[in-house]
Amino acid sequence: MSIITKKITKLENIALNPAKAVAESCKETGKEAVGCFPIYTPEEIVYAGGFLPVGMWGGKKEFKESEAYLQGFCCSIIKTNVELGIRGAYNHLKAVIIPALCDTLKCIVENWKIAVPQVPSVAIVYPQNRWAAGSQEYLIAEYKRVRSELEKITGVLITETAIEQAYELYEEYRAVMREFTEVAAKYPQTIDAKKRHLIIKAGYYMDKAVYKEDVKCIIEELKKMPEEKAKGVKVVATGLIGEPIEVLDIFVENGITVVADDLAQESRQFRTVGRPEGTIWEKMAGRILDQRGCTFLAEQKKSRGDMLINMVKNTGAEAVVVMMMKFCDPEEFDYPVYKAQLEKEGIPILYLEVDQQMESFEQLRTRIQSFAEML
Amino acid sequence: MSKTSKELLNELVAKHYEDAAQAKKDGKLVAWATSICPQELLEAMDITVVYPENHAAAIAARKHSQEFLDQSEGCGYSIDICSYARVNMGYKDIQYSEAANIPMPDMVFCCNNICTTVAKWYENLATELNIPFILIDTPFNHIYDAPAHNIEYMRNQIEHAIHQIEEICGRPYDYERLTEVMKISNETAYWWRRACFTAQAMPSPLSGFDMFNYMALVVCIRGKKEGRDLFKLWCEELEAKAAEGKGPWKEGEEEKYRVIWDGIACWANLSPTYKILKKYGINVVTSLYPDAWTILYETNDIEGMAKAYTYYHANRNVDYVAATKSQRVKDFNVDGVIFHSNRSCKLMDFTIYEQQRRITAETGVPTVVFDGDMTDPRIFSEAQYETRIQALVEMMEENKKKKAQEGK
Ligand code: SF4
Ligand code: SF4
Repeated sequence: MSIITKKITKLENIALNPAKAVAESCKETGKEAVGCFPIYTPEEIVYAGGFLPVGMWGGKKEFKESEAYLQGFCCSIIKTNVELGIRGAYNHLKAVIIPALCDTLKCIVENWKIAVPQVPSVAIVYPQNRWAAGSQEYLIAEYKRVRSELEKITGVLITETAIEQAYELYEEYRAVMREFTEVAAKYPQTIDAKKRHLIIKAGYYMDKAVYKEDVKCIIEELKKMPEEKAKGVKVVATGLIGEPIEVLDIFVENGITVVADDLAQESRQFRTVGRPEGTIWEKMAGRILDQRGCTFLAEQKKSRGDMLINMVKNTGAEAVVVMMMKFCDPEEFDYPVYKAQLEKEGIPILYLEVDQQMESFEQLRTRIQSFAEML
Repeated sequence: MSKTSKELLNELVAKHYEDAAQAKKDGKLVAWATSICPQELLEAMDITVVYPENHAAAIAARKHSQEFLDQSEGCGYSIDICSYARVNMGYKDIQYSEAANIPMPDMVFCCNNICTTVAKWYENLATELNIPFILIDTPFNHIYDAPAHNIEYMRNQIEHAIHQIEEICGRPYDYERLTEVMKISNETAYWWRRACFTAQAMPSPLSGFDMFNYMALVVCIRGKKEGRDLFKLWCEELEAKAAEGKGPWKEGEEEKYRVIWDGIACWANLSPTYKILKKYGINVVTSLYPDAWTILYETNDIEGMAKAYTYYHANRNVDYVAATKSQRVKDFNVDGVIFHSNRSCKLMDFTIYEQQRRITAETGVPTVVFDGDMTDPRIFSEAQYETRIQALVEMMEENKKKKAQEGK
């Protein structure tokens, strides 16, 4: 096996087996894990405490225990987290951090305390009025509160120096990821839609210091190869997550290549470059305050539509694929606005309503096929 | 003869919509605002404020919401999101309803103390109508008391909003008028709460569905003298009724059970929800709405104002909400609680089950949940509703018997 295949296979396996991967990462690094709910959490603070921040992006589980807390119209990703939490699947976590970024998450902050008392939780409330001067000060105070709460739970002192170091590592990781998405777009055969997703997702279950080296290696190896031609349609993906994985299988079958993404689980995590100046707290706050086009952080005027149009133009994509997580209010609110903007530009849209518990993919398969053929 | 509060209520509601239309014609600035926002800031600058949630409710109550829902769903709005938003986004395009009309806005003014959803909805309006977006972000209170940095942040935003308003109006802010509006708003809030609390009497002089009607007005008239005077009059009427021992309905119609209605009324299905309760002699004596517009603070106390707005119950943790409801059960001699699992409102829904458990544990009263929606008529099922209410009646009856036996 070539180096690149080895690395890709390693990351794919990690992304496909999160629980096992987290256990292994903990063993390798000697660290304990702290769970990080979607969408944003100050992972640097966790890392600085000597813990392993791990992503909690749902999964495929039957709902039983969670029915005592949540109705049927709750998004599957978060209901799964609660289900797994009650069943004890997260008992190894030192704590979880839950950002109150949407109405559902606010309720999860509350339910978690009662439903999963064995895993302590720390809530964070990001500012929405990011154009008011006080939002930075507020966010910094929130970060500091999260730090104190983590310290109380874990008994570990989290120094500013340690946070600075963690931030630097994370900035490096984020730069690597930005480069990866750019380079990967030129190798649509080696990095198909499914591989691209899994490689990015693997980062949630690994120590970023290790992970970034693996991705760097993939980038270097790719660069040595001649650029590849896309077999079929090139698209920009937008939405919460590029799952369920079966959908990506159908993309691959139909030669659909993701050349860029605006997925909350993927590029939204690393596309915003940190501010060069300021204290460590200001820099961390800056990354949230400067983030554009993300539905979980309000804007005076929505920039997502223009951003998607630019992404399409800059990457030579032919269409936008919307991966709409069912019952995700914020994503559902954005859609009509950018839909109209994309239509005005004559950019085709493939709208796929997905959730993590989906069983049958035949309908989606037909729609994806005919979309690929139409273009 | 002087007018009753009911007559005045209808007049004032009509006047609210007429005045807004006239103001637009006269070239005055119009704001669309969320239902529990610091409207004081707008009223003080003579900006005409209308409330899309209220408007959507009025449209739904007159059974006209479907047309607007169809319009917005046609534009890509999922049927899973808040139907107030869907009605309003439809209205933004159609701009006319037989039921009630509001003038198009020159700005949108949003306080997300009621939910995160409104911020998304108003962001859409600001973007598509290309108008200023004024946001007062009230961070969710997962801790019982709002920490100092939250209050500071909200204060800062209020100052920022004042600057935005000055810019939009093209004149310096009128702080004197703000003081006045704050005073009136607090007086209105006082009378609103006092009126709602007359329902503590046994029987209650107030029918809960009447409260819903008055609520429609307190949303839009809190900062106006006419509003304050109306709520004072209403309160006096109710207190007089209570003194005479009169119940919520006509003579001979007994208030058999007293319940809390949790959540928004089903405006699109108002009549069956009301009639079925009445059939069993159930009166809604309270909810957390009396508190929703009880925004009280010292005049000119900006931090106090910030705190009052951020403490809207849906912006507070389950400890607070469940404890407050349990307290209501005790203070209002409540026999049961009806939870509206509102397909539109995830924030209010996703802690209902936990609240049920806590309220029953704390007070012993039974609770039920039914599925509905405030403005989308397609969700509510009369059969399910009646079955749930019957179940509640049985449980309440059982409790009463038990109590009677214990009393012997
Ligand atoms: S509604 Fe969307 S953002 Fe909120 S928890 Fe669900 S998936 Fe996440
Ligand atoms: S019904 Fe719920 S989601 Fe809709 S505006 Fe009101 S509080 Fe927000």
